[in-house]
Amino acid sequence: MLKKDLGLFLLILVVGAVVAFLNPRFLSPLNLANTANLIGLFGLFSLGEGFVIITGGIDLSVGSIFALLGVIFINLLVAYSLPWPIAVLIIVIAGILLGAIHGFLVTKVRMQPFVVTLCGLLVYRGIARWYTEDGTAGFEFGQKFPALEWLTTGRSFATDTFTGIPNSFMAFVVVAFIMGVVLHRSVFGRYLFAVGKNEEAARYSGIRSNAIIAAAYVISGGLAGISAIYLAMYTRSISPASHGNFYELYAIAAAVLGGCSLRGGEGSVMGIVLGAILLQVLQNLVNLLGIPSSLNFAVMGGVILIGVIADMQLVRYRAYKANEKKRAGIVPLPAAAPGKN
Amino acid sequence: MQRLTEPAGPFLELNGISKTYPGVIALDGVSLSVSRGEIVGLIGENGAGKSTLMKVLGGVVEPTAGSIRVDGRDYPALTVNDAINSGIAFVHQELNLFDNLDAAANILIGREPLYGGPLRLIDRKALHAKVQPLLDKLGVDFKPDTPVAALSLAQRQLLEIAKALSLDARLVIMDEPTSSLTLTETARLLTVLNELRRDGVSIIFISHRLNEVKSCVDRVVVLRDGRVVGALAGETIRPDAMIRLMIGRDLKSLYIPPKVPPGEPALEITDFRTTAFPDQEVSLTLRRGEILGLAGLVGAGRTELACAAFGVDHRLGGTLRIAGETVAIREPRDAIARGLYLVPEDRKRCGLHLDFSLTENISLPDLMTYAVGPLISPAAEEKIAEAQRHRLNIRAYDIATEAGTLSGGNQQKIVLAKWLSMKPKVIIFDEPTRGIDVGAKSEIYQLMRNLADNGVAVLMISSDMEEVIGVSDRMAVMQEGRISGFLERDQFSEHNVLQLAVGKTLN
Repeated sequence: MLKKDLGLFLLILVVGAVVAFLNPRFLSPLNLANTANLIGLFGLFSLGEGFVIITGGIDLSVGSIFALLGVIFINLLVAYSLPWPIAVLIIVIAGILLGAIHGFLVTKVRMQPFVVTLCGLLVYRGIARWYTEDGTAGFEFGQKFPALEWLTTGRSFATDTFTGIPNSFMAFVVVAFIMGVVLHRSVFGRYLFAVGKNEEAARYSGIRSNAIIAAAYVISGGLAGISAIYLAMYTRSISPASHGNFYELYAIAAAVLGGCSLRGGEGSVMGIVLGAILLQVLQNLVNLLGIPSSLNFAVMGGVILIGVIADMQLVRYRAYKANEKKRAGIVPLPAAAPGKN
Repeated sequence: MQRLTEPAGPFLELNGISKTYPGVIALDGVSLSVSRGEIVGLIGENGAGKSTLMKVLGGVVEPTAGSIRVDGRDYPALTVNDAINSGIAFVHQELNLFDNLDAAANILIGREPLYGGPLRLIDRKALHAKVQPLLDKLGVDFKPDTPVAALSLAQRQLLEIAKALSLDARLVIMDEPTSSLTLTETARLLTVLNELRRDGVSIIFISHRLNEVKSCVDRVVVLRDGRVVGALAGETIRPDAMIRLMIGRDLKSLYIPPKVPPGEPALEITDFRTTAFPDQEVSLTLRRGEILGLAGLVGAGRTELACAAFGVDHRLGGTLRIAGETVAIREPRDAIARGLYLVPEDRKRCGLHLDFSLTENISLPDLMTYAVGPLISPAAEEKIAEAQRHRLNIRAYDIATEAGTLSGGNQQKIVLAKWLSMKPKVIIFDEPTRGIDVGAKSEIYQLMRNLADNGVAVLMISSDMEEVIGVSDRMAVMQEGRISGFLERDQFSEHNVLQLAVGKTLN
């Protein structure tokens, strides 16, 4: 865990402790399970967003993808009565395709990521509303998909006294682990940082920067497709005008809180995970402390603002300290380094 | 532009100006005077001290010794404001124009005429009316409201001059003003200079194009190694006389003789055309085991050639053969796969990831070889990084140190380490020792020789005369996008290199 992540972890503990002190219900198994479920739902696509942000881009389209793919998903199950594994496959592939289109427009047409995905945000929601004629898409009465429901909204390890761990949260943990290995241990992950930090130098080192950047959008699209299914199963009915509204901002907020720089080249999966957790804890805090829920966004915005400012101060302080060390002449020459003699 | 009271004496007098940096003497007692209405040419090789002298005049660099007298006033050192207030204006080689604004806005930037009132709105009519006379005076063929983006390079040069005149410039310093102009544009610019001279404006004209210098200046001052080594006036201003003064440095012998004679061709470039010089075709052959120096003046198209060969830039035509095999190189990746590597000129932007560690930088170009399946093996890459750190004597605390915290010489060694851990066939070094201390320089020269002795073909682009003469086995000289000649070691001399670099044939 990086120092930065440790700070965020401590912040979550402090906020959690304060909320628990003011309202003991925060620690009730039911509340924790609900919060974990939301962390899972919002965390999944935040990971993809983080990858895009590390390349120096941004993906504003995910919220609208949830609306579009969500209504298509329900329609595939209801109107076309497809077996659910096939419907899931179609939706995930559709998410990947949308990501591929974004990646193509960003790298080959050289459009700005903000513009590309802003157009996506508008277009996908528009199509979703047209597709349902602005109506609500929902499952038919009594329609059941036991296996799918267990995977998305079910809980594991439940006992008489324990409410169990939401499977959405488990899925998030599994995906986060895989993404963590990809980002921090794989060749692709290193390339992602290299391209995000200095695309020119990456190219001079023989890295296909376009392919790397496009892959980040594909990953974001694919995770958005999976999230679309989880969210659809969570709400069970989708009104495309509002479903998933602003969710891309939760993802961006989680990534930024977690240490991703919008300039690219910085970030960690652990940071994004902690960012997603903190956001949901804050939501929970608003509910539990009787703060008007209309202030929800204001609380989130305030915490992000303070968090980022505090982090910048910390970085500055550390750079100052490091400089002092250097001036004191602590950095030895390789001749004095161990292992040379 | 005659003023009522003109102080006597020349407009500008520099007396014994020196500027030393730790370990480097950039200027060594330079004295120079420029009279009112005089055009003085200032010439010298790359690194002779021209830029430092110009920075002193612009108030950017404070001289360590000497005095400056401008328009009858004495200064120990000029500040930027002193320079502007006493009427010294620059027309730089890289133009400092806002190409999203129109001509008039550029000329009066920061001094726009305003409507009265708290909103400080710009009075566009007054702005254009104020600029029109200046443009008329220069006889330009564009209007105050022409966007700069629509202007040709020559028109932009003239716009810079108009800007200087709007500041009531009494001394205009032009740094390589004609380097990107066509012949007719150059002629037009030279006419304007003559008109300015008639109005009593003084001009310092810095150029490598000796024929132009000859045709427009009253006097030429030659700099070498930070000293004024001579001046020519009137009939004596001839290219051969200028070259004779520019050369004659004491060159240290840097040459490390090869252990093996050069082998078969490793890199053959045939009829290359780059986007910078689309009308010129370049061909050269580089053999295994030799160091081929690529000399020329700054801007001769050498970096463009290297970038086209390495696949960074598209080339407009030509073929490239590595070890006798014709290869298609569309991006650096293709070149790297064939064993053709580039150590780029701008190492901070293109050569390194400054906040990556030594390890991460060194393993980047062939990361796949340190991977088990898709995952990087930290032990494998750290082992290579550690080995390279010792082999190249990179002075860093450990291999986890960020590259950006190291000195220029150590950073350059990291760039080298990236390629040396692979299997090079051809390495192009673009200005390999720029901004590097003397010790690291000789280490890098030794390294190039070792590479060559091991059968690698080395192409070294260098603007440093001492380096290119001292290190190369053979030399190609470029001038305005073409190769103006090849030199064998027994023909190496500053005179010959400079002759070819300014586009004259050897006699």
